[in-house]
Amino acid sequence: MATVTMTVNGKSVSGEVEGRTLLSDFVRNNLNLTGTHIGCDTSQCGACVVHVNSKAVKSCTMFALEAEGSSVTTIEGMANPDGSLGTVQQAFQDNHGLQCGFCTPGMVMSAAALLEENPNPTETEIREYLEGNICRCTGYHNIVKSIQAAAAAA
Amino acid sequence: MYDFALQRPQSLNEAIEALSAEGAQALAGGQTLIPTLKNRLASPDVLVSIGGLSELQGVSETDGTVSIKAGTTHGVVAATVESYPALASLAGNIGDPAVRNRGTIGGSLANNDPSACYPAAALASNASITTNKRTISASDFFAGLFETTLDEGELITQVDFPVPDAANYQKFDQPASRFALVGVFVAKYGNDVRVAVTGASEDGVFRWSEAESALAGNFSSSAIDGLEVDSEGMIEDIHGSKSYRASLVKVMTKRAVAAC
Repeated sequence: MATVTMTVNGKSVSGEVEGRTLLSDFVRNNLNLTGTHIGCDTSQCGACVVHVNSKAVKSCTMFALEAEGSSVTTIEGMANPDGSLGTVQQAFQDNHGLQCGFCTPGMVMSAAALLEENPNPTETEIREYLEGNICRCTGYHNIVKSIQAAAAAA
Repeated sequence: MYDFALQRPQSLNEAIEALSAEGAQALAGGQTLIPTLKNRLASPDVLVSIGGLSELQGVSETDGTVSIKAGTTHGVVAATVESYPALASLAGNIGDPAVRNRGTIGGSLANNDPSACYPAAALASNASITTNKRTISASDFFAGLFETTLDEGELITQVDFPVPDAANYQKFDQPASRFALVGVFVAKYGNDVRVAVTGASEDGVFRWSEAESALAGNFSSSAIDGLEVDSEGMIEDIHGSKSYRASLVKVMTKRAVAAC
């Protein structure tokens, strides 16, 4: 076991992990931040996307120890400081951007990363950026609509 | 996943020393290696994490050469390489955005997946692959399915691509994995044309020499109309037969030439 320390959603955290502990398991099991979902655990589905140093990554395909000293943002860090929904989250709610909700944390994190890189994406750019996020309810139309609304609201 | 020790060296020298140990394996971006470990297709005793080493990060472009440090992610190559657009575009279409934020050029080349994109760019450009020990020409680097001429404990540190007069990469996506079902990279240096094919052969990336000869005399997509690719030795799987892949090699080569 080794100690890992990182900043998660603005707070410094540390925990005891094994070399093989995935970042997704660390945030869920050590930090109880269960908003990050593990869908496929094979880096296909994108439900586990978090930001590491402002870049979207699949947390099931990165070891917790590799995030030592990094700044990590999970879906729990996307709300406003007063607890109300952040811009992207609110846009998903307003546009029915979720059905069962399982993929939603990853969708929101990917959407936020896209809007950071490209504040006014076209529909094609949004769909391309979501290549690594799978919605098994097939609710893509409203997810795209939500991201367009979030871009317009920002 | 089997248990292993994860080491995080703080410098390239420390990493190379750690990799000299029996059973040690380099961990760069982990986008292939971690799924491989989960499937128990590899079980190293020690993983040496090199993804965070600043000595292995960065792109520089000088005098017709693009030099990329081995730990540079696909996302950074896609966003920063200016003088070799075909290379930047190839990097920008590997996997998906989150994978591109972790996966590295050195990791892709060292793994030599038969369907990976970077080996095609390296072979078509005759890139120079520098390690902690030597510099290897791409022509001498790839040695078959998941095999390279790297020695045990040898680590890629930098890849230098000579910038061609014209180049294009055409990838026929396998839509689930985002790997190339077939990908063809065409690069033209004066009258010398190199055509590198990934995704097709059971021996991994290869050069289609007949097409290269035909294109050297007449650099147009019609120059290869009369050629056929032998389906012997092509990959056959649920996604495509040998003859389908052989046919795609020609189609993608024609598209790449036309787009140059």
